[in-house]
Order: sequence, then C-alpha cells, then structure tokens
Amino acid sequence: MSHSLIEIIDLVKTFGFLPVLKKLNLTVERGEFIALMGPNGSGKSTLLRQIAGLSRPTSGIIRVGGWTLPDEAAAVRAQIGMVSHKPLLYGNLTAQENLLFFAKLYHLKNADERVENLLDRVGLKKRAYDLTRTFSRGMLQRLSIARALLHDPDVLLFDEPYTGLDQSASETLDHLLHEAHDGNRTIIMTTHHLTHAAGLASRGIILSRGVIGYDEKLSPDTNLPKIYTEVTNMVTAR
Amino acid sequence: MNTPFIQVVFSILRKDLRTELRSRELVSSMALFTFLSILVFSFALELDREAKQEAVSGVLWVTLVFASILGLNRSLASEREEGNMDAMLIAPVNRIAIYMGKMLGNFIFTVIVGVVLLPVMTVLFNFSMVRPTMILILILGILGLSSIGTLLATMTVQTRSRETLLPIAMLPVVLPVILTVVRATNAILNNQDMMQTLLTIGLVDVLYITLGSFLFEYVTED
Repeated sequence: MSHSLIEIIDLVKTFGFLPVLKKLNLTVERGEFIALMGPNGSGKSTLLRQIAGLSRPTSGIIRVGGWTLPDEAAAVRAQIGMVSHKPLLYGNLTAQENLLFFAKLYHLKNADERVENLLDRVGLKKRAYDLTRTFSRGMLQRLSIARALLHDPDVLLFDEPYTGLDQSASETLDHLLHEAHDGNRTIIMTTHHLTHAAGLASRGIILSRGVIGYDEKLSPDTNLPKIYTEVTNMVTAR
Repeated sequence: MNTPFIQVVFSILRKDLRTELRSRELVSSMALFTFLSILVFSFALELDREAKQEAVSGVLWVTLVFASILGLNRSLASEREEGNMDAMLIAPVNRIAIYMGKMLGNFIFTVIVGVVLLPVMTVLFNFSMVRPTMILILILGILGLSSIGTLLATMTVQTRSRETLLPIAMLPVVLPVILTVVRATNAILNNQDMMQTLLTIGLVDVLYITLGSFLFEYVTED
C-alpha cells in the first residue's frame, strides 16, 4: 500500500484524436511543493484539471489521499483547493459574500469566523464589504487564495498564478504561497516563471508534449533555465 | 462528505438573485427585448380580432423563448468567463444541485419577464391576458425552457460561437414545449378546457428536468 498523497498511474488524456497526456506516471508526497513547468500546450493545466476532478481521464488512475477519481470525486475534491489565472470569483459580490458563498458550498460550520480570519490573513479585511469588481488583479489573486484555503485543503493547485501580476503583487503572492505551504500542505503550481519556480518549489517537473521530461528535487544550484531548454528541445526533437 | 443538496441549490440561487439585483443586467435586457418584440409584433400584425387571437399566443411564446435564450446565454457565460463554474465544480457537491440552482435562477428571471409581459400584451393586443391559468401555463412553460435550456447553455458557452449555437441547439429541442404551451394559451383565451394540455406540459417538464440533471455532469467535464 503506497502512502503517497497523489498517485497518477498511466494517465492518458486525449481531446478528440489529440493526445495531451501520454501514459503519465507521477507520485507526490505530502508536503511537497512542486513547480510544474513546460511550454504552452504541454499538458500542465490539463494535468491540474485531472487532479482536481474537473476533467475525466481517457484512461489511467488518479488517487488523491487514497481516494480514486472519478468514483470518489467528492472525497477527492474536499481535499483540493485551486487557484487559477482567472479569479474564480463573482464581481458583483463583495469579498466577504464571495467567501461565504464558497464556505456554504464546502458546508463549513464556522464560516463567518473562518472568512474573517482568511480575509485578515490575505490583507483584505478592510475591503471585506467592497465588490470584487473594484479590486486590482493582485487583490483578486489574494482573495482567490483565501477562497482556495477556506476548507483547509491538503492539496493546493495553482494554475499560472503569476499571470498579470506586477512586481509588488508577485512578491505578495510569493509570501502567501510560502505561508500556504507551511511545510505540511502539498502544492502543485504550473508556471512559466522559472525563477519563481526555483525560489519556491522543492521539486521541479518539466512537461513537454504530454510526457515528463524532467523530475528532480530543486536546490539553489539547479540551473533551471538551462535544464528547461535542454528538456523541451530534446522532447521536441524525438 | 457531500454538502447537503438543498443547501447547495439555495446558495447558488441566492447568489444569482443577489448578483442580478446588483447588476440588473439579465432581467433588464430580457425585459427590454420582450417589450420591443411585442411592440413590433403589435404594429406589424394588422389583423382582425379573430386572427389576432390566433396569433397572440404564438407571439407571446416565441418572444419568451428568445428572451430566455438571451438570459440563459448571459447567465451561463458569466459563470464561464471568470472560471466560476470551475470553482463550483471543484467543491464537494452533487453536480445535480449546481444544475438545479442555476436552473431555478434562470427560471425565476424568465418568469419575472413573463409576468411583466402579460399586462403589456393585454394593452397592446386588447385581450385579457392576466389570468391565474395564464400564470400557471407561463410557469410550466418557462420551467420546460429553463430546464433544458440550462443544460444546453452549459454546453454551448464552452464554444466560441455560443450566441448562435444556443438557439440552434435549443429551438428544435423545445419545440414540444412551444407547441403545447401555445395550444394551452389558445385554450385559455377561448375559455376551453386545457387539462390534457397541462398534463402534457407537466410531463415534458419532468422529462427535461430529469435529462438535465443526469446529463449536467457530463457536459461540465472536459
């Protein structure tokens, strides 16, 4: 019996006749922070959507916390929080109303208290009663992280979270990602920002054309840009 | 593990009503569309009273069908554009509850437009349209449109040509509803018995809601 938090075995995903993920195998341990990198169309977002249960595998097995997708999808989803480059929030609701709505969907008992704490944690307590359509991109992304943390999930999935953020907002996001990780939570983040990936993640995975071309622990000495170029060129040349 | 079904349905419904109360995008555009359509029909159809009575039920329902298409497109597109549908789908909730919540919201918005439309038609066409039986037919007919429309709109909003695709997909499917409610509306205007027609609409509604509930999960997954 494996104790990995996420197990992906021979995962295949095709859209029509187009194969996006090709017999992918991956295990993720609890507490890992994985940077999932790769060119556009390499299958990064598709892989995240598969883990989140938003997309059905063509074949293969996905297990999260021992629960299998799609049969035990609700149990899997209860352990997952997701932040995308889209805010996944309602512009005509206030920050507080947005979080309370999602708290209802997660059936949280102490919703009001939890929402207040999270708004404070992401620095939006003063804007709790403002409509989110008045928020900047950085504020939306912070609120999006609060939404993803509402039910205290074991796994956080970030799909290109740095898209559209300025320098200051990116630094705030770095800080929030560190905090969200807190050593025990597992994070998988797709990104094109190799420097962010090298600075934050403990493990780097490079996907290219639906296969894993690189999967190693990251250290301060890892020359990620060089490895990225080599791996993507090698897979393209095959 | 799942959040209670009713809690999800009413959370989504309350959220939709609240956002609509703030933006007034959906109901106002549907109401304006129906008012202008009815106005155009009332001037274009220069018929005698008998012919007008034949036409008025068709005018009412054709207008409502297109208004509901307008509302459905807007309602589901707003969920897709900001990725909110994904945020709901990733929650540990029964997806039928998400469908029901969205469907009820669309139903309520179209009923509001329909109820406002009846007195307007009474004035423009000179027929007494505001009757309890008419409201009943309106509710049953719109329930049919909203139930299958929510399912189809969820599918078509994922495509680039959603504005054209939804009417193309929806009109043939809602034809049984349109034919039945037009017949029922005619029966009301002619003070005839419409029990049989009511039963037919009820059955079609049940069929559409069942179809929508079971197929929603498949149309929301990649």
